[in-house]
Amino acid sequence: MKHRLIARLDVKMEHLIKGVRMEGWRKMGDPRERAINYYNQGVDELIYMDVVASLYGRNNLSNIVRDVASEVFVPITVGGGVRSLEGVRDLLAVGADKVAINTAATLDPSLLTTISDTYGSQATVLSIEAQRQPNGGWLAMTDNGRNHTGREVVEWAAEGAKRGAGEILITSIDNDGTSLGMDMPLVEQVSQAVNIPVIACGGVGQTDHVVAAFEQTDVSAVAMAKALHSDAFTLSSLRDACHSAKIKVRDIAQETSHVQ
Amino acid sequence: MSNKVVVIDYGIGNVFSVCNALKQIDADVKLTRDKDEILSADRVILPGVGAFAKAMEALEDLHLVELLNQYKQLERPFLGICIGMQVLMDNSEEFGSHHGLGFIKGTVVRIDKDTQENLRVPHISWANIRPQIGQDENAWSDTPLASFKRDRESVYFVHSYHCKPANLDTVLAQADYEGVELTAAIQEGSIYGVQFHPERSGGVGQKFLQGFMKL
Repeated sequence: MKHRLIARLDVKMEHLIKGVRMEGWRKMGDPRERAINYYNQGVDELIYMDVVASLYGRNNLSNIVRDVASEVFVPITVGGGVRSLEGVRDLLAVGADKVAINTAATLDPSLLTTISDTYGSQATVLSIEAQRQPNGGWLAMTDNGRNHTGREVVEWAAEGAKRGAGEILITSIDNDGTSLGMDMPLVEQVSQAVNIPVIACGGVGQTDHVVAAFEQTDVSAVAMAKALHSDAFTLSSLRDACHSAKIKVRDIAQETSHVQ
Repeated sequence: MSNKVVVIDYGIGNVFSVCNALKQIDADVKLTRDKDEILSADRVILPGVGAFAKAMEALEDLHLVELLNQYKQLERPFLGICIGMQVLMDNSEEFGSHHGLGFIKGTVVRIDKDTQENLRVPHISWANIRPQIGQDENAWSDTPLASFKRDRESVYFVHSYHCKPANLDTVLAQADYEGVELTAAIQEGSIYGVQFHPERSGGVGQKFLQGFMKL
């Protein structure tokens, strides 16, 4: 199976932003332009997160998603502030392929089942923000690491999969934005706990970090934000690094596109 | 050759993406469930994501089953995508047993049904497509895959079930998932079905749609 290389775009109002450990957000450019740029570089998927949505109680990315989905022909996941079936429907209607749920699922896990029964598990992504604990293990947080849910991450991932999620997006709060590498024990334990695909996020600063995640864990995909937004490396150099390490990823150079 | 295509509007999934991908290759797209529009169409696409039973229910409720049967008699190009492909079969084992359109003989089963491997389901990945082993060199000639390099070009899959045609000659393309041969594309006459999502498979997916528009 080919591993997926995903670009994650955190959005506040109309700005692409990025922080360190989910704090101290800096503007990183235009969320539409960047997405189209990543698509042209051959990204496998996009994830959009409305990072202030929970504060406002709704997801505000419809306009951006609609614009981008008309020009970008890879799957798009949208998350942030989605708390009802109607919220999911509205995002799917403007071109999202999957919707990521965090806060609302921690409050009412049956929402995962409701969404999955209506739109299919393939459209239902459980997003988990994980914070490492001093005594080991990780706790699931919401609102960019501000609020505790009281849920243990590995157990919560397993429960989410049982309740109908078709994919898990696991983000390490501790490693987010640090560029120091991924939380490998977290990624591996979550991957082992579920029988659905897992996307790992948080901490990628160089191509070696992605290679290490695929070599040392059973994760299906890696999502990157800062590394791409700050041009630490290009997607094509990342593909080359994966190919050199015998990791299966999409081989764009072998493919021929449609005639313009 | 006409650049017109009708996309069936039956409330099941990704019509937005399918229509946009078609517009991108300059197709003249009509999203409709109107009888006259469908029966006068040069080619028809049935999209869909989600559950098999819900898709069939929607087709029945909107009286589209009879209409699609009439369209089939015209022997014009028809393409089912994902669930739109699966409903072409006789039946599906997804959440019980459900009848399909029966345009192509066979059934729809979970992708891990015949393997001992502990597969992650749903299967979500880009995968290379290729003809069946031993299949004729020219298997893809005169199909939407005519310009594809075998086992070199990848398309996007997201599914838990796949088609098991009774007649293996109707399997046009396969893809590998950890040792399981997934049915990626099927064909019988002018009826085509693809498990992957051409509308979400970048330039390669658009190339496929262009191939369908040339039929």
